[in-house]
Amino acid sequence: MKVRVDMDLCESHGECCFVAPEIFELDDDDVLRYDENPPEELRPKARLAVSVCPVQAVFLDD
Amino acid sequence: MRQIVVVGASLGGLRAAEALRDFGYEGRLVIVGDEAHMPYNRPPLSKQLLEGTMADSECMFAADSVDADWRLGVGAVGLDLSTRRVRLSGGGEVAYDGLVIATGASARSWPGVPLPATANVFSLRTLDDALALRAAVAEPRRNVVVLGAGFIGCEVAATLRKAGHEVAVVDVAAFPMGPLGPLLGAHCAQLHEQHGVALRLAAEVVDFESDQQSVRSVGLRDGTRIVCDVLLIATGAVPNTGWLRASGLDCDPGIVCDAWCSPSGHPEIVCVGDVASFPSSHANGDRLRVEHWSNAVEQARVAAENLLNGRSTRFDPVPSFWSDQYGIKIQAVGIPAVGKDSALIQGSLESGRFVVGYGRAGRLVAAVAFDYARAIPGLRRQIHAGAAFP
Repeated sequence: MKVRVDMDLCESHGECCFVAPEIFELDDDDVLRYDENPPEELRPKARLAVSVCPVQAVFLDD
Repeated sequence: MRQIVVVGASLGGLRAAEALRDFGYEGRLVIVGDEAHMPYNRPPLSKQLLEGTMADSECMFAADSVDADWRLGVGAVGLDLSTRRVRLSGGGEVAYDGLVIATGASARSWPGVPLPATANVFSLRTLDDALALRAAVAEPRRNVVVLGAGFIGCEVAATLRKAGHEVAVVDVAAFPMGPLGPLLGAHCAQLHEQHGVALRLAAEVVDFESDQQSVRSVGLRDGTRIVCDVLLIATGAVPNTGWLRASGLDCDPGIVCDAWCSPSGHPEIVCVGDVASFPSSHANGDRLRVEHWSNAVEQARVAAENLLNGRSTRFDPVPSFWSDQYGIKIQAVGIPAVGKDSALIQGSLESGRFVVGYGRAGRLVAAVAFDYARAIPGLRRQIHAGAAFP
């Protein structure tokens, strides 16, 4: 599974960090950090992160 | 279930349709929407779309992946619970085995003294509303009067002030964004004043001066007259339940739902988003009707699951919402108005980056962050767990 975030769109809402903390977190400067290749069992959470992003910046590329 | 009808083709309806497919529903899916547009994202309407940094095409959701029969530009005008049919504008009807109601809310019309003209009077709810408002402020240095200092009013004020317009915001309340309480209300008032917005708080509109087409000035109780080229009515929203008036469903004012998103006695119906009222353990015993983005998304998923699988998941979220003003991200979790007291828990007001917590009976019930996003996911979990406060 490949997770991609368009950092030009990301506004650090943190919704993805709430639904999938194993993949996404905000650093001390509120910049999003994430695991680009999370384990397959996190796919449902990654899909949820796509749907809850207010600016549609999260993508699952495969 | 062979046919599910989704009434409402905005965020809640779209996410519900996606979730139904996600949970394995393979029957027919009909999505009815009264606007001509495919589903689009509303938050940019008061900000990026209005300031012109985002085109209307960029507000559209990626909705093509949903296998559905889209009926756009068609409103629902009635519901027959016994025969399970939705009546449509234009005379048609559509039968359902399962029904998702996500008809949202409309801008509340001006509740005060009569408005004698309409040509320069706007509200902001739909894409078409936003495009009309944007066209009205195409010329520089317009005198914009915003009636209502809630979230939409404040966001539009910030956007148009940044664009160089003269902006006055009028409200009967003593502070802007009332639900945040007096501490942050005062902070927000200061923010707008620093940026040159004329805030008229605790103020009452007593008359509008107009020519034949347009409102030319707004008169206040204290004798102030505010010159007006463009008037925005931003006095909140009312749920779209008029089409259900004869259905027998209880609307007060949103559709009264149980903890599984269904109206009493109708598990074949689920309600999503601004139109639904539901019991909550986070509202001090009150029911909630939440007009925020994240609520529609979360409720859509739970409602879809319950529609397909029976009462499988209770819907009882810690609500969250956000606002963007002057480049500051304001985020809230929980319901600040439920709090009895509030206190700064991170950062400082002077720095502009901080979190204010709201407590009741020794527990944290809400928090509001200004440019402090990283605290939000953890605070949401703490509120859910009933963490101690202060």
